[in-house]
Formats: sequence, C-alpha cells, structure tokens
Amino acid sequence: MRRLPLALWVGGALTLLFFGLAALSVVWTPFDVTKLIVSSRLKPPGAPYLFGTDHFGRDVFSMVMVGARTSIMVAVVAVAIGMTVGVPLGLWAAARRGGWLDEAIMRLNDLIFAFPSLLLAILITATFGPGAVNAIIAIGIFNIPVFARLTRAGALPLWTRDFVLAARVSGKGAGRISAEHILPNLSSLLIVQGTIQFSLAILAEAGLSYVGLGAQPPIPSWGRMLNEAQTMIYVAPWFAIFPGIAIVLTVLGLNLLGDGLRDLTDPKLRRAR
Amino acid sequence: MTLLSIRDLSVSIHGAPVLHRVSFDIEPGEVVGVVGESGSGKSMTALSVMRLLPRGAAATGQVLLDGEDLSARTEPGMCALRGDRLGMVFQEPMTALNPLRSIGAQVAEVIARHRPGVDADRLAAEALARAGLPAAQFPLTRHPHDLSGGQRQRVVIAMATALRPRLVIADEPTTALDVTTQARILDLLRGLAAEDGAGLMMITHDLAVVAGIADRVVIMKDGAVVETGETATLFRRMRHPYTRALFAASTHRPARHGRAPGAEVAALDAVVREHPLPRRSLWGARPSFRAVDRVSLAVRSGENVGLVGESGCGKSTLARALLALEPLQGGAVRIMGRDFAAPGAPVIRRDVQAVFQDPYGSFNPRWRVADLVAEPFHLMRPRPTPRDARRKVEEMLEAVGLSAGDATRFPHEFSGGQRQRIAIARALITAPKLVVLDEAVSALDVSVRARILDLLADLSDRLDVSYLFVSHDLHVVRAITDRVLVMQAGEIVEEGATETLFSDPRHPYTKALLAATPDLEAALIAREAAQTAPGA
Amino acid sequence: MTLYLLRRAMVLALTMVAATIAIFVMLEVVPGDPAVSMMGVNATEDAVQALRVELGLTADPLTRYVDWIWGMLHGDFGISYTYRTPVSELIGERIWISLPLTLMALALSTLIAIPAGVLAASRRGTGTDMSVMGATQVGVAVPNFWFAMLLVLLFSTVLRWTSAGGFPGWDAGVGPALGALALPSIALALPQAAILTRVMRSALLDTLNEDYIRTARAKGLSERQALWRHGFRNALIPVLTIIGMQFSFLLAGAIIIENVFFLPGLGRLVFQGIVQRDLIVVKSVVVLLVFAVVVVTLAVDLAYAAVDPRLREGRS
Repeated sequence: MRRLPLALWVGGALTLLFFGLAALSVVWTPFDVTKLIVSSRLKPPGAPYLFGTDHFGRDVFSMVMVGARTSIMVAVVAVAIGMTVGVPLGLWAAARRGGWLDEAIMRLNDLIFAFPSLLLAILITATFGPGAVNAIIAIGIFNIPVFARLTRAGALPLWTRDFVLAARVSGKGAGRISAEHILPNLSSLLIVQGTIQFSLAILAEAGLSYVGLGAQPPIPSWGRMLNEAQTMIYVAPWFAIFPGIAIVLTVLGLNLLGDGLRDLTDPKLRRAR
Repeated sequence: MTLLSIRDLSVSIHGAPVLHRVSFDIEPGEVVGVVGESGSGKSMTALSVMRLLPRGAAATGQVLLDGEDLSARTEPGMCALRGDRLGMVFQEPMTALNPLRSIGAQVAEVIARHRPGVDADRLAAEALARAGLPAAQFPLTRHPHDLSGGQRQRVVIAMATALRPRLVIADEPTTALDVTTQARILDLLRGLAAEDGAGLMMITHDLAVVAGIADRVVIMKDGAVVETGETATLFRRMRHPYTRALFAASTHRPARHGRAPGAEVAALDAVVREHPLPRRSLWGARPSFRAVDRVSLAVRSGENVGLVGESGCGKSTLARALLALEPLQGGAVRIMGRDFAAPGAPVIRRDVQAVFQDPYGSFNPRWRVADLVAEPFHLMRPRPTPRDARRKVEEMLEAVGLSAGDATRFPHEFSGGQRQRIAIARALITAPKLVVLDEAVSALDVSVRARILDLLADLSDRLDVSYLFVSHDLHVVRAITDRVLVMQAGEIVEEGATETLFSDPRHPYTKALLAATPDLEAALIAREAAQTAPGA
Repeated sequence: MTLYLLRRAMVLALTMVAATIAIFVMLEVVPGDPAVSMMGVNATEDAVQALRVELGLTADPLTRYVDWIWGMLHGDFGISYTYRTPVSELIGERIWISLPLTLMALALSTLIAIPAGVLAASRRGTGTDMSVMGATQVGVAVPNFWFAMLLVLLFSTVLRWTSAGGFPGWDAGVGPALGALALPSIALALPQAAILTRVMRSALLDTLNEDYIRTARAKGLSERQALWRHGFRNALIPVLTIIGMQFSFLLAGAIIIENVFFLPGLGRLVFQGIVQRDLIVVKSVVVLLVFAVVVVTLAVDLAYAAVDPRLREGRS
C-alpha cells in the first residue's frame, strides 16, 4: 500500500469530523438550539457549555453543529449544480472546438464571471427575497462557468491525442467519445476541483449569511452567528471566535483533502510541490 | 593535451544507477559521435560534463577539461565555464528559447554574462550571422515564435558558439528537424567546430548521421560504453554483439513476397483541404491555408504505397482525409469503390483503419488492452458477441507477437514497441483492406523498428491488406513499400515504383530529399575513400 | 495588438450589454410589477398607479430598458425610492470608500504575495517554503470578515491603537481617511494574498520545468539568475489572470467588510436597498460593480499584450 500523502490524512480527518458533526446534529445536539433560556445567556466556555452561550442562552457548540449542517448542505447542492451543468457544457464546448457553440459557451461564462457570486446573490435575493435556497442558486450559478472552463481546458488537449483519433476511426461520434474517453480522463481533475469549490462555497455561504442574504432565522448559520456576535464581541468573544474557527477548520480540511487527492492521482508526472 | 577526458564516470539518481564507469576522450578539433538507443545514458553523459544533472543525482569518477578535473569546481565555477568554454545544443528547438524575449537579447545574454563591458549586441549579431541568420533578414528584435524549428535551432547554436567554446556538446540536435534542415544544421555544427578548433560531442541514435559526421564513435547501451573506435574501422570490424545488432537493425530490410496488384482499394480524386487562418485585419475575407492542393492517388490490393515529405507538406492531413476525419473543400475519397466522406458510414469505415505515431498517446490509459483492441468492433453490423469479440482479440494479439494473456493488462505496462503491436492489432481487427500508418515507427528505437517492420511486412502478405505508409523517413519507406509518392507544399511532385524512384529520382525536390538523407553505407564508403586517398 | 484589443473590447462591451439586460430582467420584469413590490401588498391601487407613473413604468419594457441605459450613460441613475435623492449622488459619496478600499487591498495583496511566492519557489522544499505554504494554507481558509472582527478585537479593544470603525470623510484629510481604511484593507488583503502567493509559487515552479530554463543554465546563468531573468516574467502571465479575478472578489469582500468597520460605503447602501425594496438603488449599484469588473478585465488583457509578444501580432 503506497504511503498516502499527509495532507490526505489531516484533510480527510477534519472533513470527516465536520461532516460527522453535521450528520449527528440531525438527531442529537448537546442542547436544543430552538429553546431560548435567558437565564443562561452569555455564559463563558466551561461545563456544561463547551463553547459558552449566546445572548439568548443558546449553547454555542450545538449551534456550531447545526450551522455545519447548513453550510455543508448549501455547499453540496451548489457545487452539484455547478458540476452537473458546467461539466457537460465544457465537454460540449471542447467537442465543438472553434465553432459558434464553443464561442457561445465561452461568452456565457464571461457573462457569469462578470458577477462575483455576491452580486449574483444580491440580484437573486433582491428579486426573490433572501433565504438558503437563493444562496444555493447564487453560488451554484457562479460555479457553472468554473467547471465549464476547467472541463473545456482539460478536454481540449485530449481531443488532439491519438486515442481520440483512433476512436473516431472506429466510427464513434463526439458525444460517445466525450463520455467514454474524455470524461474518465478528467475525473481526477474534477474531483480535486470539486473539493476546492466545495470549500469556496462554504466561505461564500458564510459571507452571504453574515450580511443577511443567506439562511434566515430560525435556521442557524455560521455566518449569521458571526454577525450577531459582532455587537457582543467585547462581552462575549467566544461567540465570535468559535464559529469562525469552525469555518477555518472545515475549509482547511477540504483544501488539504483536495491537495492530498491531487498528489495521489497525479504522481510521477508532477514534480514535488 | 586531450580536450575532454571522461574517466570511470558513474552516476545514480535517487540511488538508481544510470551511468556505469563511462570512459572516453575527445581531442581538440575532433568530432566524436555518442550513439545509443533510448535509455543508453548518452544524454546523462552530456549533462554530467556540463554538471546540469537533475536533483538527487550523485556522480563519481572524473571529467577532465583541458586537464582540469571539473568535479573540483564549485557551482559558480561551473557557471563560468558554461556558455564560455562549454557550449550545449539541445534536442527540442521549439521549446528551447524563451518565447517572451527577442532572439538578440537571448544571444547577447550569454555574451554579456561572460564578457561584461563588451558590445554584446554587436557580437550577438555576429554570432547569429555565423549561424546562418544574418541581421538583414533576422533582426535582433525578432521573437522565437516567428521562426521555424530549423531557424530556432540556429539561434540555439549561435548562443552555444558565440564565445568560441573549447567543446560543443550537441544532444540529438536534429532529431526534431526535417531531413533537409538536418543536413544543413549538421554541416553548420561541423563547420563551426572546425573553424573554432573546438571539439564536438555529437549525440544521436542515428548511425547514418554519426557515420557522416563523426571521426570517432562511442557506442553506449544501458548506461555503459560498449565499444569505441575510429568510425570506419569500428563499423567494418564491429567487435561487440550490440554494435552488430545496431548495425543490422539500421540497415534492415524486411523480407517481402511480392503480390500481384489487383483492384483499387482506396482512391483520392483531386482532394482539397483548406484551413482558415486567424484574421489579420477586420476587413476583407479571412485568409486560408491550403494544406492539400488537388491531390490524387490510388492504392490497389496487393501493393503498399508510401507517402513521403517533410513536416508541414500536408501528408498527415492527406492521411486524415483518406480516413474521412476531416471535411474536404474539394474532390472525393473512395474506399472499395464507394464514396467516403466525413463522418463516414460504418460499413465503409471498417475497410480502412489506422496506426498512429505516438505509442504513448495512442491508448486511453484507463482502458484495458482487450477493450482497446476491440474498439473498432463498434463498426461491425451485427456486433460480435462478447465471447466472439474476446476470441478475436486474443487471436489478433497472438498474430502481432504478443500473448492472449496480455488482453487484461493496461497500456502503461508495455514498452513502446509492444504498444505499437497493440495498435496494429487494433487496426487489423476488422480485417480492413487498407491500413493508413502515419509515422507509425518514427518514435521507436532502431532495433525495435526493425522488428515492427518485419511484423508489418508479414501481416501485409498474410492477410492481404494494403498499406498507405506515411513517413518522413525515406529508409523506412523504401523498406516496406512498392510504390511511393513524394509530397511538397500540399502537392504530389513525383510518384513511381519505390526502387526506381530511389535510384533514379526525377524531380529536383526528390533529388534534394535523397541527397540530404544520411545513408550509412554511403557515408562509410566515403570515409574509407577519404582515408586511402593521398593527402587525406 | 490593436486587433487583439479591439476584439477583446468588443467582447467585453457585449458582456456589459448582456449583463445589463440580465439585471433589467431580474429586477424589473421578473418581480412582475416593481411598483407593487415596492409599495407592498396593502397599498391602494391609486397609490400604486401614481408610483408607476412616477417611475416611468407605464411604457413597455424595451423602451424602459433603452431609457435606463441612455440615462446611465449620461450619469442619470434615477431617483432612489427610499431617500428621494438622485441615486448618482448616493453612489457618488459611497463609491469613494468602496473603490479606494478595494484598490488598496489589491495593491497590498499583490505587494505581499509576489515576493512571498517567489521566495517560496526559489527555496522549494526548505523550511522557508514549508512555512509559507503552511501560512497560506491557513490564510486561504479564513473568512475575511471574521479576520476583520479579530483585528478589531485586537487593535481596538486590547491594544487600543485604532478606533473601532467609522470613516471621517475625505474632507478630514487624506491621512485620517486612509488611516480609517488601513485596517479594513489589511483584513481584506491577507486572505487574498494567501491565494495569490500560492498561484505565484506554482506558476514559477511550472516555468522552472520549461526547456528554456535549461538553455539559460547552459549559458552559464546560476539557478537564481535563470529563475529571475527567464522564469519570473513568464510566470507573471497566469498570475495576471488571478490578479484580475481578485479585483472582483475584493470588491465583493469590501462590501461585506464595510459592515464590520461601520464604513458608509456601497455595501450598506445596497443591503438596505434590498431590505427596503428600493430596486432602483440595487440596479444601479450592481451595474456599476459589474462595469468595474469588466474594465479591470480589459486592463488585464492590455497587460497580457504588453508582456507577451505573441499576442501583439494578432495570434491568439
């Protein structure tokens, strides 16, 4: 068994930790985050409140767990949107290289790239109102050109390789070649990028929730927790610190996982980074 | 005083040995050819002299330049030598130059580095002119992307010889170039070395090139020197079995049984293929480039046809047109009498298959050999059952010299020559009438090439399949074809029976091609004649 | 070169047109009747009709779109529904906070990242390299607004070096104004610098594997000289792309970070506009920000042409 990269272990462990906490939060949290116990407000970290309590007496640790669930769900769906729409677009553009379709897809990408995901979210929430679903749509739409561009860039050099020529000599058309030959050879690239986009989506969701455009109360969200914590930062710094650390560790874990996967799947061809 | 003396040089990289006690000398003014196949260690030897070995390399032994042991020099000491007393020319001219800087700046850089204060630009212009790029046609402000491969190699040679080094090392300098360009670059290298009284270490895999240019030859195999000696003597005596094998492979001609030419199998009728070029201005029509200009050719059953030409002449485009892989702007393609146009009906496609050049890029790395070889079954109606397909694949693998068990393995488990055998199996699995081979043996080592040519000749006879053999290598084409066509700038300039065309070419371009192609026998004879002539 | 730039400019102009159409459709056509959504469901029909007339909503969409574009090209962005003042005035005050903040952060990020990336690449595999990679790995994971909060906690509360936020206005002098933007731009710049450092390092390492570096060494240049003279400029090309993209991320980040420092920039304007359904303000701010991104993209294309001679002659 080859020695797996260290990044893979650390990243995998961190990622599993937060996915685990998120999954666990569905059935159990140390305290009920929907109950407001004013008598327990603003308690510093210590037994039994691992991370302390907020201004409504809610246990910060439990809120971090449920917030993990929100962030991960938003990120999963958004990246899924980006991949399921972006990858086929990229494959299609590469197969029709130089044609009007390729140009059209590239222009569409340019258009979406002109809007940072925050602006997209602003547009969507201004039209449809704020909420987790709209945050997902905004981040998802932004991910489409990311995957389209990446897929196209990865597919183009493959189209000139001799094994694709051989497939054409065997009578296969562009669609079949894209599915049987191009996509499998892009899988490691897409998995690595998917992990990175996932971590970026978590950051984006946190930012949107912080300004109030993401998940709305009563759904807990790390970003919104930080917003509420801001006004109390002098009296209850733990409320601001722990959700932030949670974000950093989750994103760090995913990035390390992505790095580890990249080292794993591209071994001899890459010199040591 | 011996210019360069390599004594017991052994190199390992991360513990794995790559050179074992390599020893040979170069005298001032002498041209020494270092010959070997891939993996023989010839490039490593050159990098060891320059001390440009990759990370993790450890070297023992001595490299003496003009009597001085270079291993005693520090890295700054070596930097002072490189470009000044040691010059090196590499194999890939297309990537050897920095694309963002002008050629004048890049040549002047080596001058300024070793001779501060001197007028570097003037000397750079002189060096470029000496290398065949006079400033009038090639101003110093030119950038590499405006130059052809041969011209870029001249720039590299100018950089390497600008300061009249004592030793010039050329590592496969012409392998990536056309045969006519190759001849001119070799002449240039030899001329410059003679003019400067420098030694030239000429590294190549091509015995004919070495016989033409080198005074002495060093033969390497698997990181060790196998035999050395004066060129003509070495090839006449050939003491070591590897030398004999190399020689035999270089001059090898597969045995062929003549077959009677029969009906037409494939034909091209005044085929035209144009590419649109990027726009130069907003007005007017978009310029286009005619890669194939009204070419007609025919291949009949029982015969193999060769298509030769230099890079850019359009022969690969022509091959792809025959395979209906590209749309045509004029003319028609017929296979077995039926019209064949992109995308190509399966029933016609199964009669014309192909083998491509790159044994490493010919296969999807994630597929097993069985699926790769069976891919053309996509064209069969009805499709063979999985059991039938499996059986046919195994038969075909045996027929190309592999074993049935290889079907479950992956391409990366095979060597270059073995992969070409798999490619041939894939090409023949639908029992086509014509196989287009586009530079199919060009990327193979000389000894492997000989065996693949044998295989191809044998299969052609046994299975009654015709070849269109596209290549820039005249020797290979001569070995395996009955008729040959010569292509230049999109047009066929001459065609005829192979032996006739080679012994008695008519068209000036064909003559130029043949004159420029190094020939091992002819070079050895010329060398011996020069030695026995008075005043040699 | 001119052809290349002309083509890029045309593409970006088209992008701008497409973007304005998208914005218009989203904010005027989709909500149905903007007047209704602005006044709320309980408004009387007369009041809504009066608003329609006031906003010029009685014409058909195409006319409204053209009028809107025409107005913007003349600097007229309409009248804010909530503030009853021309939007151009509102934006004019605030853009002089958001834009300088973004540009300061961009400059800071570039100034930190490029030397750090070159340092890490030239000392590849050593402790220096590992530390840089470790630091950037964490830096990339930090949300900039959280980092800003921590900075405020440290510098205002614990160290008492700076105030907790607010902006004195440019009238108070360039010095104090820049001072108020200092901490926010650091908070914005550092996470982006982490990304850019990694890109610079990776681009430089990639060029070090190119053949022309080997040629440079064969000419007698040391490893360091080859890296600087041949690797660096070539590595800048991918780095330029990322710097261009960073502008749009920094712009978005600036808008968010204004919230932490109580800076009266475009952020507060547009978020309040969303809450108060002041779609005119939202439309204008979004168009302006998209325009800024497009202009920066064109500037990056110009920079490419300056650096890469292959682009100057019309080859793509």
